[in-house]
Amino acid sequence: MPSLRDIQRKITSVKKTQQITSAMKMVAAAKLRRAQERVIAARPYARKMLAVIANLATSAERVQHPLLAKREPNRVTLLVLTSDRGLCGAYNTSILRHAVETIKQFQAEGKDVTVDIVGRKARDFFRKREYKLGKVWMGLGTIGYETAAPIGQYVVEQFIASETDDVYLLYNEFKSVITQKVTLEKLLPVEPPEESDPFMRAVDYLYEPSAEAILGSILPKHIEVQVYRSLLESQASEVGARMTAMDSATRNAKDMIGRLTLKFNKTRQAMITKEISEIVGGAEALK
Amino acid sequence: MSDKDWNKPMVAEKGKMLLEIVAPSRQVVRSERVDEVVAPGSEGEFGILPGHAAFLTTLKSGVLSYREANDWHYLAVDWGYAEVGPNRVIILAEGADRASEIDLEEAKVAKERAEKALQEQLEEHDYEKARVELLRALTRIQVAERHGQK
Repeated sequence: MPSLRDIQRKITSVKKTQQITSAMKMVAAAKLRRAQERVIAARPYARKMLAVIANLATSAERVQHPLLAKREPNRVTLLVLTSDRGLCGAYNTSILRHAVETIKQFQAEGKDVTVDIVGRKARDFFRKREYKLGKVWMGLGTIGYETAAPIGQYVVEQFIASETDDVYLLYNEFKSVITQKVTLEKLLPVEPPEESDPFMRAVDYLYEPSAEAILGSILPKHIEVQVYRSLLESQASEVGARMTAMDSATRNAKDMIGRLTLKFNKTRQAMITKEISEIVGGAEALK
Repeated sequence: MSDKDWNKPMVAEKGKMLLEIVAPSRQVVRSERVDEVVAPGSEGEFGILPGHAAFLTTLKSGVLSYREANDWHYLAVDWGYAEVGPNRVIILAEGADRASEIDLEEAKVAKERAEKALQEQLEEHDYEKARVELLRALTRIQVAERHGQK
């Protein structure tokens, strides 16, 4: 039977842990609001840009661009977005599990897979295993368009240099605070959406300077924007996941403290009872 | 602005245009009663009135202005695309700031920094970057000085 002091010590330790998890939860909650706003603010641009590309691709005569080129997908790049820090529940685990599954599937199709990585967690994971690693980005901090653009440019360069034939993006889409959905998206070659904006359909456009020139500048930009948006999504998801994880950790700590306190009191009472009965027993013996 | 608002289809008021200006990080302008837009196209400045032909162009760094009845509004935009339909204009800009939002001091500092960078011997890529930075700062200064404090 543990002594009173042991239990007391354990309670103190759990209480301290609870303070930490609860503080982390607060921090995550504060960050979440900002992250959420940023995700929502970034969506219109990405969406409008896709609409413009769709219009360009459907209403212009068949325009050619290297980023639209479909090649036999022998070499595939998977860009995996994870977080730098842990303590966010199943956030990283679920995305990494998904990544491994996806890679296996590509390999089963006889494709050569390279993994590009954002986030320390994915790097630690893939470094220990036998996968072909491409470029790694870590410690991005708060995501701005400037942080996302180089990643997009890198993938575009790889694709244009024919280093890779298909680029996929794997990230956690921010659905709500408690749900994140692991999403696999094809980044390159760009596949313009079939249906274009009903407003603009079947309109003959005037292009300035020319459809090719516009497409040539908008496609690389589109990739940057996609990367930017998914980075924001995955960051918001991370903060959301951390908040949920820390919330349940705080609650578990509370339960645990309750159980330990009960045990502590029981032990204390058992001791008192024992002492009384000893005294009573001693007094009886003296009679 | 919530995500829901955004999804609501927007239609311009009669005889007016719908104007949307979006930057990667936010929506800057959204108005359904715009009478006139003047934008810095890469091939030259152009004006748009309701009923304009469908038109798609790239924008360069410059001053974008639009009119709602008798009020002119000014923004500094840095590169982007303009998509024009009969009664709507969509501007996708890499950066867009209303005149009142621009920090003049900061823009001047950016201008000096870019000028200094241009004087140094730079590789092609960095040179281009500094040049872009300078144009951006100049536009912002122009907009802020002329239309900022009203």
